[in-house]
This record gives sequence, structure tokens and C-alpha cells, in this order.
Amino acid sequence: MSIDLGGEIPVVEGSGRLAPAREEGVLAPATGDGGAPRARRRSVSPSFVAGLVMVGLVALVGVVAVFWTPYDVGVGAAGTGGRLEGPSAQFWAGTDRLGRDLLSQLMGGATVAMTVAIASVVIAGLLGITIGVGGAAPPPPPDVALLNVVDLMIAFPTLLLAMLIVTVRGASLTSAVVAIGISGAAVIARVTRVNAARVLREDYVTAATASGTGWWGTILRHVLPNVAPTLLVQLMLLAGGAILAEASLSYLGLGSPTALSWGRLLSAAQKSVAVQPLGAILPGLLIAWTVLGLNLLGDGIRERTDPSLRGDR
Amino acid sequence: MSRYLLTRVGTLLLSLVLASVVVFAVLRFLPGDSAGTSLGVGTTSDQLDQLRADLGTDQPLWTQYGQWVAGLFSGSAGTSFVSRLPVGELIASKLPITLPLSLAAFAVSVLVSVPLGVVAAVRRRGVVGVAVSAVSQLGVAVPVFWVGVILVWVFALEAGVLPPGGFPRQGWEDPAAAVRSLVLPVATVAVAMSSVMVRYVRSATLDVLDQDYVRTARSLGYGRWHALARHGLRNGAVPVVAILGIELATSLLGAVVVENVFALPGLGTLLVSSVAGRDLPVVQALVLGLTALVLVTNFLVDLAQRGIDPRLRAGSALGGAR
Repeated sequence: MSIDLGGEIPVVEGSGRLAPAREEGVLAPATGDGGAPRARRRSVSPSFVAGLVMVGLVALVGVVAVFWTPYDVGVGAAGTGGRLEGPSAQFWAGTDRLGRDLLSQLMGGATVAMTVAIASVVIAGLLGITIGVGGAAPPPPPDVALLNVVDLMIAFPTLLLAMLIVTVRGASLTSAVVAIGISGAAVIARVTRVNAARVLREDYVTAATASGTGWWGTILRHVLPNVAPTLLVQLMLLAGGAILAEASLSYLGLGSPTALSWGRLLSAAQKSVAVQPLGAILPGLLIAWTVLGLNLLGDGIRERTDPSLRGDR
Repeated sequence: MSRYLLTRVGTLLLSLVLASVVVFAVLRFLPGDSAGTSLGVGTTSDQLDQLRADLGTDQPLWTQYGQWVAGLFSGSAGTSFVSRLPVGELIASKLPITLPLSLAAFAVSVLVSVPLGVVAAVRRRGVVGVAVSAVSQLGVAVPVFWVGVILVWVFALEAGVLPPGGFPRQGWEDPAAAVRSLVLPVATVAVAMSSVMVRYVRSATLDVLDQDYVRTARSLGYGRWHALARHGLRNGAVPVVAILGIELATSLLGAVVVENVFALPGLGTLLVSSVAGRDLPVVQALVLGLTALVLVTNFLVDLAQRGIDPRLRAGSALGGAR
């Protein structure tokens, strides 16, 4: 996602305006024309593997950092080294303004990023899928009103919603995640509604209804499984967008004042970039690494589930 | 067309009303008393009452909403808690920085991303095509403020050719200094925006290149570029106009973040400091203003698309094929 800020207005498949500009990940090798489709079907997409490895590494570090980091960099921890030291055998990434180990802080950042991604995706998923399914299934009248609200929420930039919530609730990780989750829910609702409405028109749904399957049965057995792949792609993109949005908020000083967000680390290191450049470079690279990984993962899932994307693009 | 225009204007107005309700509701209904927290510890209840009266929060909600909207229409969006200046005046004083920043960034990214995107699509397997795709994939994942920090480090602190931040005290009365202080911020927003736009342009061009009419034109002997220019441009323009519109709004939001990187006294720094200081009237006006801008841009994009593509005017039966 863009300049994301989280401010980008996501263009949703089926919104009737424009197909998303994601295509095969750049890591995908250029295949010759007329490659054997059957062989391709079995092969795993390179984007998927690359994304999985990249995100997996961050997740692993995030989990490790909960239990162990090379130095204690929790709230109120004192510095153990000199101020703004460069990388050394003792401090692999150097130290910050207060002499605290940078590597340990960056590891903590992975925990924060993963927490933000998971929490935002859960909020957006639960809320969005509920609204989306509710909108697609009969009765129709609330649908129009719902769509207007959902459209508005999509147009309402994430960062601005987050700022509204922070104004009232104060800066915290919860404020950020709730704002990002609600913004994301609008996109998920839209995608769910469009796709669920399509599934509900299928003959097999009519057949299921005719043979006595109830509303819940139809939704659980037919609608959700069919909508799941598209949703999974959107949720991956959302997770990347959530990490970027939280980092932006933290960078602006509107995120949690204590969490080791990469955005906050970058903002703290900005003044001393000429002395200890790694302090500013590394958080940004880690954000890019994680978001790129999630985007590739999304691309990979899309390629697997959407045969039209295979082939020479 | 006129009927379409009428419904579309109606939707726009409805969205604007909804947006104002959302902004108002979020600020009033969420737990937390911004009047109390904005004054801090040790506030007497008299001060609190005074503040609530200033803010109007001692009145019923519908009255508050009505007064706020009526105020907006009469050109008064209230008074800032912090600076005690009228909100409208405060916002107007920041526009000379934010508007040039976001418009210049938008212009630069269009000039960069449209040619690059088209070339990347036409030479999709070539070095240029692969490189553009790779760089833009990276560009969308990189946080915009990080780009800013790195540019400051390289061009201001190491090379010393441009100022690291701030805006000349005289403002635009010193045009050379003003422009110099905007170069890095514009570049920062443009890098982030181009990364997104180039992907859409490439994708739209690829779609057009696959169409039968381009193949027919090629078979009649037109070159690849000629066929694209003659038949592809107008078709490719429909999705691209949509994304340009969306990105125009995004450029303003990009400016919000990037102004803070470069300590530019624009709308973005005003918004962030107002949020941090819980300056309700300013936050309320700025958020609604920016959202309204996004909505109006979307509206104009829809009209522009119909202007370009007759199929969209003919109704969904034909135009829905996309």
C-alpha cells in the first residue's frame, strides 16, 4: 500500500471502479509462452514462498523477543552501553541516545508489529465479514443504507479516523489498533458483500435451499468457503497496511508512548541520523521487509486461487 | 446524464452529512472527556464548566451538532482551545505550505509514473519492466516518513545542498528559500505516490495491450507504440483517472505525515499537534475538511470517467463488462 499512511483508499475488487493493480509478485520468473498449465498448477508460487519466509522470520523474532532479548530494553530500563555507539560485537546494531541496545529494541518492534497486524486483522475480519454477509443475504432494504456507510468508511482515511480516536481516548496501542481495525472492516465488508452476493446467486445455493438447508447452513457451508480465498488476500494486504499505519501514528507521536514500535524508534533516532544512521535506517527497512512479505504472501495466495492470474503476466 | 448527475450529487451530499455525523459522533460518544484531559491535572470544576460552555459540551448533542454545522456554513468553525485563534483563520494560514507541497508532489508523481508505467507494460519482460515492477513493489512497502528521514540524511546532513527542514520565516516573500525548503518534502511524497501509481498505470496498459483492437491495429501494420497511442490511451485512461483522483487526495494525507518529518508549519503539523493537545475544534474541522476533499475528489473522478468512456454513460449493461 502506498504512501500508506494507511490513508490510501483501497480499491476493492468488484467495486466497479477499477481492478486492483496487484499482479504477480516481481519475484515470479518470466515464464515462456505456452508453459504447461498442469505443471504450473502443482508448483508453489515464488511470491508465496518468499512472503512466507519473510513474514515467518519476523513472527519468529517477535515471539522470541517476548521471552528473551540480548539486553533488557523494557520500560524504564537503563542504558548498558555508550550513547549512540556504532555496531560492535557487543551491540550488533549499535546503541540509541540513552545507550540502550538497538537490536533488542528492534526485536521488540517485531512483537509490536505482529501484535498490531494480528489484532487489526481480527477486528477487521470479524466486523467486516459479519457486516458483509449481513448485507449480501436478504432482506435487501438495509443493504443500500449499509453500503453508503461502508463506502463512506472506505473513503474515510485510516489515519484520520485514528487521529479522531486518539484525540478522545489518548495515544495507545489499543486506540491505534481499533482505528485501523474499523477502517479495515469497511474494506472487508465490501469484499465479502460483493463476493457473497455472487455466491448466493449460484444454482448450488438454490439447490441447497430447496433441499432444506437453512440460512446459517448456507452461509457456513457455501458462502464462507467460497469467499475465503479472496478475503485471505485482502486480510494479508490489510495486515501490511495496519503495520504501516501504526508505524506512522507512532512516528507522529500519536501511538503508544511505551511500546517499542518501529515507527517510534525511527522518530527517536531521526535527530541523531548523522551520528548513528543505523538507528534510523533499520526500523524503516524492517517495516518495508514485513509489509513487502505480507504483500507477496497476498499475491501468492491470489495466484494460487485465481487461475486467470497465472500465465504470462 | 442529468439524472445520473442528480443521484450522484445526492450521494455526495449524503456522504458529506454522514462524514460530519461520524466526526462529531466519534469525538462525543467515545469514552473519555476531552475537556477534562485537555486542561490536565489540578483543574477546578469552575474551569471545567467554563471550558465545557466554551465548547458547548454542556448542551444537548443535537444542539451541539446543529450549532457546529450552522457554524461551518457561516464560515466559522469555532475557536482553537490552544491558540485561541479562529479555526478558519488558523487553517487558512497553513494552506500556503500544504497546498503547494501536495500539488507539486502530485504533479511530479504523475510526470514520473505515467511514462514509467507505460514503458514497464510495453517492455514487461525487459530490464526496464522488471526493474520498475521491483522498485514499485518495494516502494509501496516502505514507510513514507522513512524516505523523508533518509533524504534529509543524504541531501541535507551529508551533502548539505538543501535545508534539512523548516520553512523560511518570511514565507513565500522569499521564494527561493521557500522553494528550496519544499524540494525534499515534495520528493518524499512523490516517491511514495509514484510507487503506487506506476503499478496502476502498468496494469491498465497491460489490459489495453491484450485487447483485440490493439492486436488488430498491430496486424494492420501499426507499430506497438503507434497502436497504443491511437487506440490504447483513451481506454487505458479510465482506470488511470480513477487512481489519479484517489492519489490526489492521498497526496494531501502524505503531506500531513511528511510535514512532520521536515518540521514544515502546514496543515499536517497543525493536525498532529492539535490531536496531541486534544484541540477538539481544530481536529474536528481539519478531519472533516480533509474527508470532504476526498469525497469531492471521488465525485469528480466519477464524472471524469463518464466523460472519457461513453460505455459508462450507456449504463451498467454495457459498461459493467470491465
